[in-house]
Amino acid sequence: MPAIRHHIPDDLLMGYAAGVLPQAFDLVVATHVSLSDDARARLASYEALGGAVLSDLDQAQIDEDSLDRTLAKIKGMAPEPRPEPSRGVFPSPLRKVVGGDADAVRWKGVGLGAKQSVLCSDGEATARLLYIPAGQAMPKHSHRGMEMTLVLQGAFRDEDGVFARGDIEVADQQVDHTPIAEPGEDCICLVATDGRLKFQGLLPRIAQPFLGI
Amino acid sequence: MEKTEAHWVATIAAIAQNQDQKAFAEVFRHFAPKVKAFLIKSGADVSLAEECMQDVMATLWHKAHLYDPSRASVATWIFTIARNRKIDLLRRYARPEPEDLPWGPEDAPDQADVIALQQESTKLAEAIRKLPAKQRELIERAYFGDLTHSEIAAETGLPLGTIKSRIRLALERLRHAMN
Repeated sequence: MPAIRHHIPDDLLMGYAAGVLPQAFDLVVATHVSLSDDARARLASYEALGGAVLSDLDQAQIDEDSLDRTLAKIKGMAPEPRPEPSRGVFPSPLRKVVGGDADAVRWKGVGLGAKQSVLCSDGEATARLLYIPAGQAMPKHSHRGMEMTLVLQGAFRDEDGVFARGDIEVADQQVDHTPIAEPGEDCICLVATDGRLKFQGLLPRIAQPFLGI
Repeated sequence: MEKTEAHWVATIAAIAQNQDQKAFAEVFRHFAPKVKAFLIKSGADVSLAEECMQDVMATLWHKAHLYDPSRASVATWIFTIARNRKIDLLRRYARPEPEDLPWGPEDAPDQADVIALQQESTKLAEAIRKLPAKQRELIERAYFGDLTHSEIAAETGLPLGTIKSRIRLALERLRHAMN
């Protein structure tokens, strides 16, 4: 477990527990929880709230043959395997979407050695991996919606401090930030946004249509 | 008579260890109608809710050996299965789930943790019943998916502190046992 200094806000954990987040945010929350027992315990408490809501519901009428049909379904299904302890850079929810660990990502260069890979985008929100060479700045940007950035490898620094593996930064549209990858290891982040990123500065603005951000 | 949390935990264990169909039928009679009600409240029509509920209960059978009673009550565990199945069906994508801890029968959860979690779950359910009607309704709407994520403000007044600390302790013991 990495020592996490920047935690996820409660409203996102409750949103994930209730199942109302866009897919891109679900992916970031599930990946962060995989790396943080603090987030796992907080999420579990919001799920306990869901369990209490379920317990208090009045029973709906079920079909007469409901149990028999369920038992028939059981016969056709394989038991769920036990989870394997994971090794590598990406926790399992992210590995499922990528189709492998960090070496399986299909990167696209976005200039100055930085790369990205869009993982899912459904009109509501987009999740992407970003790769920033050590010591290099991400293009200065602001955004209209919310942005969640989870560090998976290396670290970055911005106005709010240093973010390392497992740390998460949640920024709203007011934040106008300039993250810089720390020296040492190249930085890989999982980023979800629910509005288009707005880059400032000439080069990134030219690159923006190609980034599809 | 209302069955205790300890009873349901033992019932899931009987399914996991002995593929006990009688135990399953009992869990089914109690929880299947609630799962179906949850799915209907979440916007599924009656026939989709029935189909989806059967999937949820079949998944419960196949995941029974992965249920950890030191981290969730049976109702909470069933809620998470139902929520995931609902998202798979209504939103047509496989919901990303956190990596689970690879605990096995050899490092079974501490009995004291299991009992403490059962007590906290019962207390939480009581505390929620005592909330003002408006706040309760807001929580229910959130879990039925009636609120968007921007409408879910951090609910600071919720009595979740103790259950969270309990789960945190159980996780620490589990991590310790794994090392």
